Amino acid sequence: MDLNILWFILIAVLFAGFFFLEGFDFGVGILLPFLGKNDNERRVLINTIGPVWDGNEVWMITAGGAIFAAFPNWYATLFSGFYLALFVILFALIVRGVAFEFRSSDSNPKWRNLWDWMIFIGSALSALLWGVACADLLRGVPIDAHMQFAGNFFDLIPPYALLAGVSTFLLFTLHGALYLSLKTEGEMLNKVQNAAKKIGVVTVLVVVVFAVMTFFETDLFASMVATIALLLCAVALILANVMLRSGKSGKAFVSSALTIVFLTASIFAGLFPRVMVSSLRPDWSLTIYNASSSPYTLKIMTIVALTLVPIVLAYQAWSYWVFRKRVTEKDLRY
Amino acid sequence: MSALILSRLQFAVTTSYHFLFVPLTLGLSVLVAIMETLYVRTGNETYKKMTKFWGKLFLINFAVGVVTGLVQEFQFGMNWSEYSRFMGDIFGAPLAIEALLAFFIESTFLGLWVFGWDKLSKKIHLLSIWLVAFASNISALWILIANSFMQEPVGYVLRNGRAEMNSFLALITNEHVFYQFPHTVLSGFTTAAFFVLGISAYHLIRKNSLEVFRRSFKIATIFGLISVFGVMGIGHLQGVHLVQAQPMKMAAVEAHWETEQPAGFNVFASIDEQNHRNTSELKIPGMLSFLSYNNFTAEVKGINELQKADEQQYGPGNYVPPVTTLFWSFRIMIAAGTIMILLVLIGIFSLKNQRFEQKNGFLKVLLWAIPLPYIANTTGWFVAEIGRQPWIVYGLQKTAAGVSTVVPAGQILTTLIAFTLIYGVVAVAAVYLFVKYAKQSPDEITAKPDENVAKGASLWT
Repeated sequence: MDLNILWFILIAVLFAGFFFLEGFDFGVGILLPFLGKNDNERRVLINTIGPVWDGNEVWMITAGGAIFAAFPNWYATLFSGFYLALFVILFALIVRGVAFEFRSSDSNPKWRNLWDWMIFIGSALSALLWGVACADLLRGVPIDAHMQFAGNFFDLIPPYALLAGVSTFLLFTLHGALYLSLKTEGEMLNKVQNAAKKIGVVTVLVVVVFAVMTFFETDLFASMVATIALLLCAVALILANVMLRSGKSGKAFVSSALTIVFLTASIFAGLFPRVMVSSLRPDWSLTIYNASSSPYTLKIMTIVALTLVPIVLAYQAWSYWVFRKRVTEKDLRY
Repeated sequence: MSALILSRLQFAVTTSYHFLFVPLTLGLSVLVAIMETLYVRTGNETYKKMTKFWGKLFLINFAVGVVTGLVQEFQFGMNWSEYSRFMGDIFGAPLAIEALLAFFIESTFLGLWVFGWDKLSKKIHLLSIWLVAFASNISALWILIANSFMQEPVGYVLRNGRAEMNSFLALITNEHVFYQFPHTVLSGFTTAAFFVLGISAYHLIRKNSLEVFRRSFKIATIFGLISVFGVMGIGHLQGVHLVQAQPMKMAAVEAHWETEQPAGFNVFASIDEQNHRNTSELKIPGMLSFLSYNNFTAEVKGINELQKADEQQYGPGNYVPPVTTLFWSFRIMIAAGTIMILLVLIGIFSLKNQRFEQKNGFLKVLLWAIPLPYIANTTGWFVAEIGRQPWIVYGLQKTAAGVSTVVPAGQILTTLIAFTLIYGVVAVAAVYLFVKYAKQSPDEITAKPDENVAKGASLWT
């Protein structure tokens, strides 16, 4: 296997990790105004992700850095081409990020509501826009012979991409609800489970429509691996609903995690060996070869990544272990 | 305005703003870790109060540093796509390593530190804050390795129409890093020292929680003394090095137009950039020779000669960066640094018998000195980055060639305004919280940071 392929897989893993981990904390943020009917309830919800959300977000930052290091042309074309969309994501993550620290630092109800809304808006926009962006990569956007984006903002939001955005929005919300079913107790736990059941059904419906549209809008099904991954994604999603209804919260959460991981795998497998599809001409697409760094840089980065990633996984897993218990009112720090 | 100017303006705004928060993170993480170490070793509750009091301020600051750092990771691609294509083979690596090595540790262990007071053993909890401090400073190392390449490219070869890395070792042992990294980190330590001194002074004047702020004051004075002298010493070495590595930057910083031997140092000058001369200047003879070569009689090349040499090497063009901005930025930095040195010296000589507690005037000055390191940090980066112009990578790529070609100026103007507005709102909120928590008594902060006052209201109503 050449290093270009390895780095493509590594970046897919980083995105899968990002969507799996930050997926549930986006979900918790989206559910905040619906489940948190008063300040105390909202604090319980926020504190379930309090110690971990920032570490989850680093998966995205690392994915960005890895794209830059391994595929500079991908980094350059993607972020300059998707300029305004990227800005909205950054806006969302900025207001959301400070909101966690700011909201409980003052007891004025207006202050808290303001930052709670920022958590909701930031989470919702991010969950939506990452789906849109992934769909754009796969469906293709106008890219010219010089690897430059040749479209405008509206080329980024065709109905298919918006549908993908709604799908990730719902998936992350479901995932967040299932996470909360492991982290809350008492009355909140009931509310969370009821919400998860409702969202679960809607998510299945939307994701099925998304899969059908994917058949018409992209060439994803030309790849055997991508097809299988998408099927597994559907199976895992249905399993999540089944487990939820039979009261097995842990298994339901694992299933929604697998749904997200398989969906990411499917999108990346569908892209492979391209990284951005050109809708103008197939051979103008960016690939893991024409967008990549030099073999030397890939080699250096491979050594670095293979050394550091296992260590990162170990201590992040440990931090989840430390905070494994359900959040009660006496644990509130935010 | 052109996309180039707007992109430069946006980079200046987002990066300067980001670097208002980074230095305090670099230094305060270490100070809080020292305080918690003292708590764990002595069991003295005062140190725990100190840890929590300064820790809360650290967290407010850290939050803004993190979210503004997000922009840093993506804006090279957004606004500087041609730079990213040309340099990505080299520049991307340290950025990715920074995230893998530093950001993961920083974020994970900060979460453990904040939420782990009752869940971790004292020693593991202490280890967490030390890891945060270590990771913050290591992150500075990697981003400065990246920046050093822009200042002084090494370990590369021009191939396939771009710069490609051919020695990772050369990249990370770039001589420029050996000056820039300690200079930056110690500036961060200085920032934290003056932050702690200023706020402690506020409370000492009012005789609040004397135990807490007396000890904070002492630690910060010693920390500040070491840091500020370190910054100045390394800054001088850096200057000597830059005369070799980036002679144009240093000549512009001194408004030194004509080659002279020996060369005088302009304390003040009235600069006529159009005609490449100073209409008046206040000069210390031989001083520039000494600052550049540690030798009072050495020749120092002037801007005009360097411009000619650059034209020969790189072709026609203007290679002179904005002299007036650089000249005054540098002097403001030095002035702020000099005042800080005087203040820590007064501080250190008043440590004995807690004499500083009686010096109300001095304490008041310290409170008002909090902005000094911020001024020095910002003007210092102005010198580093504006002084590199017209280059984005010194000698390899001009800034104008690095800008994204596909992003319309209108979009950049939109995001520039939007970033400025969001950052403005965040700054107002952060300053409000800083003032609130800085004024609060440490006894109140040791209690749960949350109050359950806002009851009953749904977000929808």
